[in-house]
Amino acid sequence: MEKVKVEICCGTACYLLGSAKIMDIESALPEALRGRVEIEARPCLNLCERENLGGAPYVRINETEIVAKATLEGVMKRVTELLEGVS
Amino acid sequence: MLNAATYLRRELLIRLVRAFDEGILREEIDRIPVTLRPKEKESSRCCIYHDRAVIKYRLMALLGISAEEETDEARTLASYLDEILDSSATSSQVGGGTEVFERHHAPLSVCGPACSGCPDSQVVSTPNCRGCFARPCVYSCPKNAISVVGGRSQIDHSKCIKCGKCISACPYHAIVKTTVPCEDACPVNAIRKNDRGVAEIDFARCIFCGKCFMACPFGAVMERSQIVGVLSAMKRGEKLVAMVAPAADRQFPGTIEQLLAACSKAGFADVIEVALGAEKTTAHETAEFLERMESDPKTLMTTSCCPAYVNLVGKHLPDLIDHVSLTPSPMVYTHEMVRGSDPAAKTVFIGPCVAKRSEARRKGVDFVLSFEELGAILAGRRIDVLSCEPHPVERPAAATARNFARSCGVTEAVLDEATGKIPGFTLASKQIDGIDRKTCAMLKLYASGKLQANFLEVMACPGGCVNGPCSLM
Ligand code: FES
Repeated sequence: MEKVKVEICCGTACYLLGSAKIMDIESALPEALRGRVEIEARPCLNLCERENLGGAPYVRINETEIVAKATLEGVMKRVTELLEGVS
Repeated sequence: MLNAATYLRRELLIRLVRAFDEGILREEIDRIPVTLRPKEKESSRCCIYHDRAVIKYRLMALLGISAEEETDEARTLASYLDEILDSSATSSQVGGGTEVFERHHAPLSVCGPACSGCPDSQVVSTPNCRGCFARPCVYSCPKNAISVVGGRSQIDHSKCIKCGKCISACPYHAIVKTTVPCEDACPVNAIRKNDRGVAEIDFARCIFCGKCFMACPFGAVMERSQIVGVLSAMKRGEKLVAMVAPAADRQFPGTIEQLLAACSKAGFADVIEVALGAEKTTAHETAEFLERMESDPKTLMTTSCCPAYVNLVGKHLPDLIDHVSLTPSPMVYTHEMVRGSDPAAKTVFIGPCVAKRSEARRKGVDFVLSFEELGAILAGRRIDVLSCEPHPVERPAAATARNFARSCGVTEAVLDEATGKIPGFTLASKQIDGIDRKTCAMLKLYASGKLQANFLEVMACPGGCVNGPCSLM
C-alpha cells in the first residue's frame, strides 16, 4: 500500500508561525489512515526564504507538493484526499 | 496561543529582524504595512487602510514606541527608528537610566485604532429563548428585571445587576453575558474605556501582568519591545549576555542546552541559565524564611520572584508589603553573576513575562526579550534549535531551580533546601496559582490573618511562568 509522506517544517520561522500544532497530525488522523502516513519533522525547508515569509508554516507532501500557510486541518484534508484517491 | 493576532506579531518581528540584518530596515519599514496589505488583498478589518494603520502601530510597538506617545500621526516609522538607534547608541555609553529606558517604563500600550471599543458588558437574551412556560429566568432574577414579551425574555438593563442567576437558570443557554475581554481579564481594574470608547490603561494601577494583552481578540494591547535595542547593541559589537529563564523549557523544539547554543549562534557573547540564579534565590529565600520563623513563629512570608505580584502588592495591597520576601529574584542574581565576572557585559533577560520588563528596569538589567522575540531573532538568522549542538555548560542547574517556572516550584525548592538543613522540617505552605479578582481578595485575607499559612507562593500566571503572556505555547 502506498504511503503519503508529510514533511513538516520545524525551522524556527515555521515553528513560531504554527508548525508545532501540525505535528499532532499523527494522532489526529482517523485510525484507519494512521499507518499510511510517514511524518517527518524537518529543519528549515528554505521556503520561508523564497516567498519572503509569505506562507509559513510550510509542509511538503510527497516530495513535491508544497502547502503554504499550512494548518492541521488543511494538511489532514489533503492527506485524506490523497489516500482515498490512491486506495 | 497562536491566533491571527499572534501570527501577525510574529511575522512582523521576523521581517523586522531580517530587514535589520540586511541593512534595509530604514528603507523598508514604512513599506511593510503596504507589503502585507496590498490593495488587491482582502482586509482583516473594515478595509486595507485600517489594517495598514494598525500594522504601523504594531511596528511602532516593536520599535518600543507606544501609540500613547504619538504626537504626530504623519511621522514615519523610519524617523522613529532613527531616534531609537540614536538613543540606544548613547545609552550604551552611559549605561541604564537614560531616555531610551525611560520610554520603556510602561511595557504595555493600547493601540487605539486596533481597539474595537467593545460594548459595555451586559446580560442579554438571545434568539435561543423559546419563551418557555416555566420561565426560570423570570423567577431566578432577584431584581425583577426580566419579563417575557412576545414569547421572548427581555432584560431591563436599568434593573439588571449582572448577577448571572438567569444565565445559569436557563436550560437553553439563551441568556448570555457579553464581555469586554480586557476589562474582564484585568485583576485590578487598570484598563477601561475612555470617553471616546477606546481602552486605556491606567498606569498608576497597572501591575503589568499581561492578562489584557493575552485577552484582547483584536490584539489592541501591545508590548513595547526592546528588540531593536538588542539588535543594534549586537551590531555595535557589545558584549550581550543572554539570560534564559527556566520557563524556556519546552518552549522551543530541542533541549535547554540546544536553545542556549542557538542563542550564542545568534550573536550573544555568552549565555547563562537563569535557573543558576534560581539556586541562589532558593538558598537565600530559605534562610530568610527560617530567620523570620525564628523571630516570629506565626510569620507569613510570601515569595517575591513574580514581578507582577510584587507590583500588585506595591500598588494595591499595602498590608502585604512586610510579608513579601526581600530575597532577590533569579533574574537579579543571574544579572549579578554576569556583572560580577564582567562589569562591562550587557544583560538580556529572555522570558515569557511582561512584568519582568518593569523589574528589569528597576534592577538595572539592560534588556528584556520575550520568547517570541528571541524566536524571531533565531528565525530571522535562520537558526534551528533542533540542529544546534548542545551548548557546553559547566554543570546543569539543579532540577528544583529549573522547576521554578511551574507553580509549586518555588515552594518545593524551599522545602527541599530547608529539609536539607533541618531534618523533618515542614512548611505550612499555600499557593496562589494565578492572580485574578478572586485571588486578590484572598490575598487580602492572608494579609489580615483570616487565611493562614507561613509560606505563600504567588504566581500571577496560572500554572506558573511557563504559561506567561509571552510564552510560545
Ligand atoms: S523555517 Fe520553514 S521553510 Fe524556513
